[in-house]
Amino acid sequence: MYENIIEIRHVHKRFKHVQALVDVSLAVRRGEVLFIFGPSGGGKSTLLRCINRLETVDEGEITVDGIPVTDPHADIDALRAEVGMVFQLFNLFPHLTALQNITLAQEKVRKRSREEAAEIALRLLNRVGLPEKADAYPRQLSGGQKQRVAIARALAMNPKIMLFDEPTSALDPEMIKEVLDVMLDLAREGMTMVVVSHEMGFARAAADRMVFLDAGQVVEVGTPEEIFSSPKEKRTKEFLAHVLY
Amino acid sequence: MPESGPQAVAEVIPRKEPGLIPWTTQLARLPWWGLILLLLGVALVYAIVTVPNYTDAFYFIAPGLKITLLVSVSAFTIALVVGLVVGLGRISSNPIVYNISTFYVEVVRGIPMIVIIIYVAYVLVPILVSVVHSLGEALQTVPWLANTGRAMAALHITDINMLARAIAGLAFGYGAYEAEVFRAGIQSIEKGQMEAARSLGMSYFQAMRYVILPQAIRVILPPLGNDFIAMLKDSSLISVLAVRDLTQLGKLNRSRTFRTFETWNTVTYLYLSMTILGSMGVKWLERKLKTGV
Ligand SMILES: Nc1ncnc2c1ncn2[C@@H]1O[C@H](COP(=O)(O)OP(=O)(O)OP(=O)(O)O)[C@@H](O)[C@H]1O
Ligand SMILES: [Mg+2]
Repeated sequence: MYENIIEIRHVHKRFKHVQALVDVSLAVRRGEVLFIFGPSGGGKSTLLRCINRLETVDEGEITVDGIPVTDPHADIDALRAEVGMVFQLFNLFPHLTALQNITLAQEKVRKRSREEAAEIALRLLNRVGLPEKADAYPRQLSGGQKQRVAIARALAMNPKIMLFDEPTSALDPEMIKEVLDVMLDLAREGMTMVVVSHEMGFARAAADRMVFLDAGQVVEVGTPEEIFSSPKEKRTKEFLAHVLY
Repeated sequence: MPESGPQAVAEVIPRKEPGLIPWTTQLARLPWWGLILLLLGVALVYAIVTVPNYTDAFYFIAPGLKITLLVSVSAFTIALVVGLVVGLGRISSNPIVYNISTFYVEVVRGIPMIVIIIYVAYVLVPILVSVVHSLGEALQTVPWLANTGRAMAALHITDINMLARAIAGLAFGYGAYEAEVFRAGIQSIEKGQMEAARSLGMSYFQAMRYVILPQAIRVILPPLGNDFIAMLKDSSLISVLAVRDLTQLGKLNRSRTFRTFETWNTVTYLYLSMTILGSMGVKWLERKLKTGV
């Protein structure tokens, strides 16, 4: 067993005209909730997407549970099944019902029987508070409901890690809480989570450590206590002054 | 006291009763072209039943319908398979696959369909046959493949009849167009769909099969339907290979009877019946896809 379930070592990533990540090194411990925040364009999504290779890195190395993600010969499909991802815009499959959204990958990737997959899906819908929406299509769901189905869909794979990329940024204020509550439950149960978000309340309640990412660089890492009450870096202070009242 | 709501509006603007529209306007709105077409069709059916010259032409030409439909349906089916494979190749990140696919699409779309048909029938198919032939001769020397080798070596160019070559030519030509239909349909689906499917651990092909294509098919079906109608019309080009389709039987009937009018009226009528039915089907499909889920 590796104590650090995710290891990111000296990762560089460049898009045509922008340096998205500059020498980023981070480790996530098993069961930890890591909260990543920072200004728009700071590289938060890019970093998250490198962890399950939705983006490839230019330099450096990332391992997940001991498996090198950055190795081109790694079995990336097997690895991705262990890493759940939740997107800002939900990305539910619009041609499938909520239940089918949750059973599809269980059947095709985990090779579970239809009955078993449906049973697991119903249990998870219940857990995210949507037992009556099994047969609803995504377009019949509110934003908050869609995001909770998306979380259930990721959880159905029994992932070791959950990645969240601004899961509440596209939601109306009254729906943010219902999604954060589900995430909070998950954190309490000991799920390893990497959360990119602007919800400082969630960070205070659930994060073990916070990472401030700006211009592709890790500027500061600390516990919520440290970051909120005594940030060391000037850039962190300035950013927090902007987002906190 | 001013009223609000729909009643108030109804007072100011009198509702239009159908009878209140001037009769000239009503007449102008009728689909005259369809009516005329229908009348012409009825007149032709009447002629076929009662006028011996037309009856004779119809019975000589009608068997061509079967060939036209057989060629169109089988060539289009093959073109769909080619189109799907090449369409996926056109969006492949593998440079070899991408370049081969793009080469095929760009070359074929730059050549007139009639030239493609002639080229496939008299150049590509013979080349392919001689490749199979020499491969068979080589395999004969390998003991455990001798039987397969002998069968392959026995293949001769005269074994591939013109009907098969016509189907191959049309399929080869239309595959390039269908590839572009598939490519555009697949690319119309948001990138997040593929990312969501892949991040659940699905392979690229699983994601295509279960997530992307079922959504893309709504975009793809109407243009495919239109292309099938175009194929029905373009299948007339195979008459250059002397395949006895509608057009070829028309030519033969003309030279047999010298009744130009009767011959080409009948041929035109038969093509139009198929294509008009087809485009009505496509319109119905479009409406269903728009209103349905
Ligand atoms: N596919 C891409 N092609 C080109 N540039 C990109 C691409 N993806 C991201 N970038 C650029 O890389 C930088 C980092 O982007 P990233 O999306 O990681 O930022 P972010 O911190 O998630 O921002 P936001 O809060 O707006 O989501 C930005 O300048 C962005 O424009
Ligand atoms: Mg982002």
